[in-house]
Amino acid sequence: MADFWRRYRRNRAAVFGLVVIILIIIMALTASLFYPNDPFRLMGKPLSGPLTNGFLLGSDSLGRDVASGIVHGAKTSLLIGFVATIVSVFIGIFFGAFAGYFGGRVDDSLMRVTEIFQTIPSFIFAILLVAIMKPSIGSIVIAIAVVSWPGVARLVRGEFLALKNREFVQACHTLGMSDFRIMLREILPNCLSPIIVVGSLMVATAILIESGLAFLGLGDPNIMSWGFLIGAGRTMLRSAWWVCTFPGVAILITVLAINLIGEGLNDALNPRLKERQ
Amino acid sequence: MTRSSKIFRYVGKRLLQGVPIIIAIVVINFFLLNLAEGDAVDVLAGEAGSATPEYMEQLRKRFGLDQPLPVQLMVYLKNVLSLDLGYSFRHEMPVNALIFDRFAATGLLMTSTIILAVGFGILLGLLAAMRLNTWKDNIITVFALITYATPLFWVGLMMIVVFSLNLGWFPTSGMTNVAAFYEGWDYVVDVSRHLVLPTITLSLFYLALYTRMMRASMLEQYGQDYVVTARAKGLTERRITYVHVLRNALLPVVTMAGVQVGALIGGSVIVESVFAWPGLGMLAFESLFARDLNLLLGIFLLSSMLVVAVNLIVDIIYCFLDPRIEVN
Amino acid sequence: MTQKLLSINDLSILLPIGADRQYAVQDIGVELHAGETVCVVGESGSGKSLTARAVMGLLPAPHVRVDRGEIIFGDEDITKVSYERLRGLRGSEISMIFQEPMTALNPVMTIGDQIDEIFRYHVSMSAKERAKKALSLLVDVNLPDPAKIIDAYPHELSGGQRQRSMIAMALALGPKILIADEPTTALDVTTQAQILQLIKDMQKRLDTGVLFITHDFGVVADIADRVVVMQDGKIVETGTTKQVLQTPSHPYTKSLIAAIPRLKPRKARSRAAEVVLKTEGVCKSFGGGNSFFGLGRANREVKAVQNVQIELRRGETLGVVGESGSGKSTLARCVIRLIDSDEGKLQLGDVDITKLSRNELRPHRKRVQMVFQDPFASLNPRIRVGDIISQGPILQGVDQEDASKRTYELLDIVGLDRRSFERFPHEFSGGQRQRIGIARALSLKPDILVADEPVSALDVSIQAQILELLDDIRAQMDLSMLFITHDLRVAAQVCDYVAVMQSGKIVEMGPTAELFANPKDAYTQSLLAAIPGKDWHFSEFKT
Repeated sequence: MADFWRRYRRNRAAVFGLVVIILIIIMALTASLFYPNDPFRLMGKPLSGPLTNGFLLGSDSLGRDVASGIVHGAKTSLLIGFVATIVSVFIGIFFGAFAGYFGGRVDDSLMRVTEIFQTIPSFIFAILLVAIMKPSIGSIVIAIAVVSWPGVARLVRGEFLALKNREFVQACHTLGMSDFRIMLREILPNCLSPIIVVGSLMVATAILIESGLAFLGLGDPNIMSWGFLIGAGRTMLRSAWWVCTFPGVAILITVLAINLIGEGLNDALNPRLKERQ
Repeated sequence: MTRSSKIFRYVGKRLLQGVPIIIAIVVINFFLLNLAEGDAVDVLAGEAGSATPEYMEQLRKRFGLDQPLPVQLMVYLKNVLSLDLGYSFRHEMPVNALIFDRFAATGLLMTSTIILAVGFGILLGLLAAMRLNTWKDNIITVFALITYATPLFWVGLMMIVVFSLNLGWFPTSGMTNVAAFYEGWDYVVDVSRHLVLPTITLSLFYLALYTRMMRASMLEQYGQDYVVTARAKGLTERRITYVHVLRNALLPVVTMAGVQVGALIGGSVIVESVFAWPGLGMLAFESLFARDLNLLLGIFLLSSMLVVAVNLIVDIIYCFLDPRIEVN
Repeated sequence: MTQKLLSINDLSILLPIGADRQYAVQDIGVELHAGETVCVVGESGSGKSLTARAVMGLLPAPHVRVDRGEIIFGDEDITKVSYERLRGLRGSEISMIFQEPMTALNPVMTIGDQIDEIFRYHVSMSAKERAKKALSLLVDVNLPDPAKIIDAYPHELSGGQRQRSMIAMALALGPKILIADEPTTALDVTTQAQILQLIKDMQKRLDTGVLFITHDFGVVADIADRVVVMQDGKIVETGTTKQVLQTPSHPYTKSLIAAIPRLKPRKARSRAAEVVLKTEGVCKSFGGGNSFFGLGRANREVKAVQNVQIELRRGETLGVVGESGSGKSTLARCVIRLIDSDEGKLQLGDVDITKLSRNELRPHRKRVQMVFQDPFASLNPRIRVGDIISQGPILQGVDQEDASKRTYELLDIVGLDRRSFERFPHEFSGGQRQRIGIARALSLKPDILVADEPVSALDVSIQAQILELLDDIRAQMDLSMLFITHDLRVAAQVCDYVAVMQSGKIVEMGPTAELFANPKDAYTQSLLAAIPGKDWHFSEFKT
């Protein structure tokens, strides 16, 4: 662990990303401390510019506080990002592990399914799923998970395929170990590094997808999110640029920070790759 | 067996593999349709305002909606195969007519985006890898990192704010200037002017992606043994980079370009709705608002098929780039 | 004495900060004359490969660089010449061939194009002339059907053909010096003999000075005029081949030469009556069938093992020798039922295990255990050594405490510190890891040990220790061993009986001494003839 941190720390950008994400998480957790009111509430004169009428980042056409929306929206974006990623990583590991380990027909059929899901344009599929299930946090998480797992499945399959022929796995067979235990105890821990790296990048993608869905009007109408703010502001682009701009910056910073963390994890967990450069 | 006949066999195999995927997508489509609350008759009845249950029953019979699910599925499959994607009650037009109407606009946007993103991505990645750890590399890397993290719609909106509203260089929306009825060359210029911002917006993310991939791929290839051999042969660094490394480094980027086409279509929904570009994405956005599920599913189906087709083309290109293909 | 081509004087190469030592190579001096072969010998990490790279100016910059000293070629110091001059020398005056011809060749370029480049960048010739010259080069290195190979891609050739193409490329412009960095290590023994012969022939024709990097004293004995022995970046001994191999002065050289397995086959011990393992007509094929509407890749069926009969008695070691692709590893995996054979019968003692299901097999698993080739791939990097060794007995129902006790005993037996129990595999060297692997195999108190190339990934001095350990254990525990190896020297040293495999079939089988003295099958004869250094009798000394 100390070793891991030493290697991670070497990538300064990744440390910066980590600090930023921690700050954003703190911001999300303490949202009601700074902005105790419901972000949907009218707080003053509509379409006030930044730093006018008591608004830090301005207000939208209904007089809602943009800054409050951003702080409260952080919770939604992060939550959806993490939960959707965890769900899709689990689906991906399940498919990938069985396909890679058992090979043959199991592999063929599981990979056909994966291939189908990979071929379908994922964002349109997500739109469809949310539209059909009606927008809510749950349906958004499901939609993002359903469109993001194939990547994990392929990765895990590749790792399992390579590792199952490793001699240490064969040694487990000669000791009489069961397949399930070999998969779980012997192989899976050895492919956690790439899964963690890919997973961290998926959180970023999930946040982007969520904001895109919200922008198209497919966000949960009862919960404040960054995409919702941008969607609400886009018709007033000429008169109130700030409504769109600041939530966009929030997304940009968050996703950037997560991507930096992902690269740092990659350097720290797969040190071999870094040495080449 | 000669190489060309090997490629022919390979393409044939890939074509056949595409068929079950398309059938599976059609089936998924059908079930999504059934998953949705209410069927076409409910929609029609909603349109009409009021309809008696008897009348609705009658309608269901007419559309075959009273049949058991498997029968409905077969009918649906048959319809799709004969290019009948159903009827859009909003637009009062068959879905396929609507889609084909808008296809050209999306095709134009996609083509220009792919050329821009892949072309510049490869170029920038190459440049960054060759000037490793210099200011050029750093600028390209930071640029790629930031664009990779920016939401598409936000880029679009900011483009409009900066280049249309403030600078007035490009029009804010649409594909043509509706007020001026341009013809001939003027029309081409007009469309091109409208095309610039949507293309840049849609391509930025993929540009960043390909830049990062190309850079990483070049660096990986530079570490391979054959590069040492090439140096030991006394070749110039130019030759090593442009002939040996470049061709090997392109392979994963080409594969990725194929994989990303699906995502590109998804991105076009957002970009087209930001710029009111009259393509399939815009149509999808409209149908979403109008709750026109038939139309949305039609677009979904067509875009999936498009991905299958593009992947096939990419595979064929790959065949020519990588002589080892029959080994895999 | 002939013309001096190269002299390396007091050369030191700096390693990056944080490496396990400061210098990769320290204050070394080597000379090379025209028509002469100088072998640089050493174990892994001795700095021999970096020495070779330095002569080409190919050190992996900027991390590894020349610190001081000079490399004089003609009247120039290679460490100081301009990049352009260096480029001009490479490939035309000084050439290099590498260990792994598959990765050393560009996979997406034809052999012809890769040869053509040399001419294009060093001499001016018309395209037609270049093509003609390239073809004649391929003829010179004895490639079959050169007209076809010139348009082939590297993956379409065999390992030996690739290395021949590399040699053609390296000798295209008749260089003064050829640097060969372990060029035969990745090849089978018969191919190795041919490639060594080819290098010798070409050298004679072009009067080239060859700087040959190797770890194999057999190869040294066959080709070297002079020998340079390296250890930890320093030269410990130089001299003519005869001096170094027969009267070595430095203790390290002595220990290396003492560790070479002697080609004196052991006498077979008297045979026990008890048969512990028997196979009858075992067959195994891979691939075949399963093409996609006749459009898929035509799947070639590979008959990896064909109709193999072996019999292993209590306490003896049966060697299975063969080149890569001969099916020896597949046979081992069939015997231990890691792979299910297609046909035939497997008898373990008095139990027929051919048809047993995985669950039925479990209680019999403990009777036959395996030692693997790759000490790095054979231990799970995420599991502690103690758990690696004790999990077998625990799976078989032994309780935790007894299993741990047994593990400590096993660590003693294989010569590892008891504190190893709590450590992870990456903290150990290759030889120590192999000991851990052996302890794991012994944890179930097996009757039979299947050893699949257990020493081929190890340096020669470590190899000797592991072989000795295996032999001790076999004697102590009255084990029977099925010993898979490609190395006939190793086979001669440890096996009572030897079976020679070729293309899945056993072509000859018999007591080791008899088979080595009087091989009947033509293939066995060619294998024995190809053993590097077979005509040398490395002297015995006490170390």
